[in-house]
Amino acid sequence: MTVHRVMGIETEYGVSVPGHPTMNAMVTSSHVVNSYARQVGLDRSALAHWDYARESPLRDARGFDMSRADADPSQLTDEPDDELGLANVILTNGARLYVDHAHPEYSSPEVTNPRDATLWDRAGALIMHRASEMGPSFDGARIKLYKNNVDNKGASYGCHENYLMRRETPFNDIVRGLIPFFVTRQIFTGSGRLGVGQEAQRKEFQISQRADYFEVEVGLETTLKRPLINTRDEPHADPEKHRRLHVIVGDANLSDTATLLKMGSTSLVLALIESGYAFDADWEIAHPVAELTRVSYDTSLSHLITMRNGQTLRALDIQYRYLEAAKNLCERTGAHDEQTIEILQLWETTLHSLENDLMSCASTIDWVAKYQLMQAYMKRDKSNWSDPRLALVDLQYSDVDPNRGIARALEVKGSLRRIFTDAEVEQAVSEPPSDTRAYFRGECVRKYPENIAAASWDSVVFDTGGDTLLRVPTLDPLRGTKHGVGEILGRSDSARDLLEALQAPDQ
Amino acid sequence: MPTQEHSQSKGNRRDSDDESLDADVALDKPAQTGDSELDSDVDAILGDIDELLEVNAEDFVKSFVQKGGQ
Repeated sequence: MTVHRVMGIETEYGVSVPGHPTMNAMVTSSHVVNSYARQVGLDRSALAHWDYARESPLRDARGFDMSRADADPSQLTDEPDDELGLANVILTNGARLYVDHAHPEYSSPEVTNPRDATLWDRAGALIMHRASEMGPSFDGARIKLYKNNVDNKGASYGCHENYLMRRETPFNDIVRGLIPFFVTRQIFTGSGRLGVGQEAQRKEFQISQRADYFEVEVGLETTLKRPLINTRDEPHADPEKHRRLHVIVGDANLSDTATLLKMGSTSLVLALIESGYAFDADWEIAHPVAELTRVSYDTSLSHLITMRNGQTLRALDIQYRYLEAAKNLCERTGAHDEQTIEILQLWETTLHSLENDLMSCASTIDWVAKYQLMQAYMKRDKSNWSDPRLALVDLQYSDVDPNRGIARALEVKGSLRRIFTDAEVEQAVSEPPSDTRAYFRGECVRKYPENIAAASWDSVVFDTGGDTLLRVPTLDPLRGTKHGVGEILGRSDSARDLLEALQAPDQ
Repeated sequence: MPTQEHSQSKGNRRDSDDESLDADVALDKPAQTGDSELDSDVDAILGDIDELLEVNAEDFVKSFVQKGGQ
């Protein structure tokens, strides 16, 4: 049992131009992507193509394909957006930077562990900041980008986690094992929000950004009738062996620790599910969707969730149950890798701190950091939750600009803990992780940008000037690593050399 | 398998109490407060945060309007 598995984080950023509230968000989002592509020299048109050949966003994990006629246009993510001019670029770190719906999105490269997921996600926020810095300004106003999930006027946009799972695990086991976890993990994954209701009708503080936007337990949609468990089943890997669990219920985190614990604890719960752990009826929450908001609205963490069997439990109690189950399985099967031990410890200390000394979590958990700050403001200014300045603090907490973002300022003050140094983040901005296929993708983009006709998660398509394009499939996320192809890439001065070497009989 | 049917029927059901603005939730319960030393640390930070805040908070927040995403 381990936290290690192929994973990644895709984040849609809030985008606005101060003083220009009606500016077309697709246009500003395209500016963001194109500005960054230009800045790093990747704006050649060849790189602007995503290889959609294998994408199937309407494939449902429950075993049926949705027909195109039934789909809302916003679900058709594989229709090339060229006519709209929506920007897309593959970066040297293996990530994809593009416009999704009306937001710039950064999809991190595939990584194999929670630490790397956190690091390359953080690199994404820095990339967004640089994109806005180099982008156009409008009457002197630059494009602002926010790593949040709501505008408090009804719109919500996602920070999605992806985890590669074994195909043979029954989907119903995943649903049963995950729903109670997702309803309750927000006590440490929540980023905090001033506003209750989709349009923030009530000026109150709640734990999660996303809780008010979920309507069903299980479903395929991501933009409407959002489900706790999303059934999109595009593994971007061998579908016989794997499924990709696409998690849409999380908040975008600013705190490194919150992201680390979110990815780590979720990966452990998935390992529990894959081990066949019996999530029996005692785990079942009577009304999960309703409880999602009740947990989120209760900053005292004392709300009692009604279980299907009539028992009542706090979110903390349910999290302790998961933690105990994970610890027991680790003890039985042996868990000796550093990160698994680190995550188990972090999970345990976080739950204890949330229970016994909430404000001590201001150094690690986003909602507590935000809540503490707002409480201090109200005390000093003798104001209440209706103070517009608090709404600004809520928004600006997530500003990606290191000179304006409040989370970043708290890090500089030392009150919000950092895990990675600037140098580590800088490296992740330009370099791919070495232990997944993202290494091959990122290195090809860095070395042969003029020869990449298109790319996707599971292919790189080369144009070396011949009659045909050559597609190199990268269906296995754990091949194309530095160990596997680093030497070949190192000695191939041109894309043609590389392709010849890859096709040599001994490869 | 009974559990399977159970779970699938849940997927299609809309709970009657799914509405997000439940009246019975205690929104006003205060969280535990930290010790006073921590409070003074936070107060010291407020001054610096004040410097960062965008001018005209109300208008700035009002003009942050997004299109829906995923």
